[in-house]
Amino acid sequence: MATAKAKGKNLEAAAPKKAARKIRILVGKPGLDGHDRGAKIIARALRDAGVEVIYTGLHQTPEMIVSAAAQEDVDGIGLSILSGAHNYLFPRIIQLLREKKMGDVVLFGGGIIPDDDIPKLVKKGVDRVFTPGTPIQEIVDYVNDRIRPRK
Amino acid sequence: MPALEWNGEQTLMGGGAMYDRKKLAGIATRRKKWQDEELASSLRKSSPRLQRFSTVSDEEIDLLYTPDPLSNFDYEEDLGYPGQYPYTRGVQPTMYRGRLWTMRQFAGFGSAEDTNARFKFLLAQGQTGLSTAFHFPTLMGYDSDSPRARGEVGMCGVAVDSLKDMEILFDGIPLDKVTTSMTINGPAAMVFAMYLAVAEKQGVPFHKVGGTIQNDILKEYIAQHAWIFPPEPSMRIITDILAYCADNVPRWNTISISGYHIREAGSTAVQELAFTIADGIAYVQAGVDAGIPVDKFAPRLSYFFNAHMDFFEEIAKYRAARRMWARIMRERFHAKDENSWKLRFHTQTAGCTLTAQQPMNNVVRVALQALSGVLGGTQSLHTNSMDETMALPTEQAVTVALRTQQIIAEESGVANTIDPLGGSFFVEQLTNGMEEKAMEYIRKIDEMGGMVAAIKQGYPQREVADAAFHFQRLVDAGKKRIVGLNAYRSEEGTPIPLLKIDDRVEKQQVARTKEVRRKRDAKKARGCLSALKEGSLTPNVNLMPLLVDAAREYVTLGEMCDTLRETMGVYTDPAMF
Repeated sequence: MATAKAKGKNLEAAAPKKAARKIRILVGKPGLDGHDRGAKIIARALRDAGVEVIYTGLHQTPEMIVSAAAQEDVDGIGLSILSGAHNYLFPRIIQLLREKKMGDVVLFGGGIIPDDDIPKLVKKGVDRVFTPGTPIQEIVDYVNDRIRPRK
Repeated sequence: MPALEWNGEQTLMGGGAMYDRKKLAGIATRRKKWQDEELASSLRKSSPRLQRFSTVSDEEIDLLYTPDPLSNFDYEEDLGYPGQYPYTRGVQPTMYRGRLWTMRQFAGFGSAEDTNARFKFLLAQGQTGLSTAFHFPTLMGYDSDSPRARGEVGMCGVAVDSLKDMEILFDGIPLDKVTTSMTINGPAAMVFAMYLAVAEKQGVPFHKVGGTIQNDILKEYIAQHAWIFPPEPSMRIITDILAYCADNVPRWNTISISGYHIREAGSTAVQELAFTIADGIAYVQAGVDAGIPVDKFAPRLSYFFNAHMDFFEEIAKYRAARRMWARIMRERFHAKDENSWKLRFHTQTAGCTLTAQQPMNNVVRVALQALSGVLGGTQSLHTNSMDETMALPTEQAVTVALRTQQIIAEESGVANTIDPLGGSFFVEQLTNGMEEKAMEYIRKIDEMGGMVAAIKQGYPQREVADAAFHFQRLVDAGKKRIVGLNAYRSEEGTPIPLLKIDDRVEKQQVARTKEVRRKRDAKKARGCLSALKEGSLTPNVNLMPLLVDAAREYVTLGEMCDTLRETMGVYTDPAMF
């Protein structure tokens, strides 16, 4: 899929339509919670917006998510967490990404995440946390504006 | 609205139809005249607020309901009397005059000690039954010290790994007096075995123990997703429970066939009704196929529905559910015992309708939803707390939720009479429509070979995901308005306090479980596990007594489940979207 044209971010930012390949996003459900309504809606909406979406399905460990992200060579990872385990799962996934030299993969997420926890997650490297009630288009726009194919 | 087309067979005067044919025809004519003249002229002057009015499930609703489409409406056949077939108006002859519904708040967080204290608090506030929320590792059959449990211990419910935790959870709560409902599915048999072992320690004989396990694995595959084993071995465990309880724990409700989670996953009201009843059909069929006489286990099946935001649609759903189940049990399964025909149900208000924005408004949403459950004739009710889109409820928030039920019960007057909306042109037509559409789904699922086959094809999963996506699009387009979210917004932070789970819970729980393993009789524990393994490989061995033995010896939940994972396999998410 990759062509020689897309080398730097500047080039793509100038002509996003001509990007070498589609943006590739992994939508992941880490942890044990089974609430996948949001993750599935976002996966569909991103796909409809022309993003290449890989959905992990439920009950993934941080290791499974990072290994899928590496295998699929994704540009961003969107995590949906409604179990309260976000303070463990986000930082653990960031740690694993860095260990795999994938620190440039943009990590974002959403779910039942109290406002107080958001600044702490952002400080640890989560790019953006979406809270309940966010319109889907806002997330689609965020992905299109913020994330570029890594190579 | 077209004029009525008369069919010679459908005589209105015969067969118990309750409206006079001539009068109905007159009503149809005058209704048409009113539409063409009065209404049309009014609409020429000012157009309606919306082009199309529909329920929250996006079913179109008419401007006005009149008796003329109810030409075949037969009071005795379609509604009857409370406590009598087909139970449309209610399953008990006195309904809330005899006894109010059970006020049962779902609770569980942190350690067994934390939740035990919450249980006692709720009972002291006038709650009349217990309902246990387990944390995700328990729901998925992992111990708290499993790597899979990291970060999740006590977060979304109470951590239960072994009999030790169950003893603490129900400490000081007499299990012969209080009934407990437990939301547990994949490992329902194991947790139930632990509960029975606690009862035994309290000196309560099994035949006096009453309560409910959710134990509805089919809706796990469809919606809630806390599964362990694949469908077939899961169905075997369920029929083992049906047989075991019929003989040993006769007061236990063996399956709480649940639409709640299907609805929360985004289904419509009709899909919730149809898929839940189709699940019920699959369980009854499995019990019958396992050789248990239908009337021996069917009276102990109960249902669990969602109380969503569309008031009348919900009431129609409960009424249709009772009538459908009665007909299915009598006509399809030839059950003879009236108790097999009765659909008893628990209701929970819809968590997915609550907003993080302006969270105090959730109190009002919950009150309306709870009222629909009561007008629909529920047997027990959980009202959500205003803070539940953000965290597990605080004591203060859960008290308001419980008080909401108490106000409905004691002040509103709605509990004075039975099925007060029965006979409403609108509600009866909605009820009929709900039944027809749900039966269409059930026929389709029957054609696929039943619910297990339909699930394997991903059919109900796809239907629910499509409906969820459709609804989200309507909200995002402003076609469905939600106060505080896409209408009447205000910029404010979270004005209510939230419950925080102490980080120390995980460490303490892991230490306790390790200590349980150290202190127990290791040889006996091993023996129980090998008996369980052996039993699981032998058809016609009931696993329940083996699990009760294991619970008594402090074998942990994770150990029991791991043993069965080896012999029964595991289910993984097909990850469709």
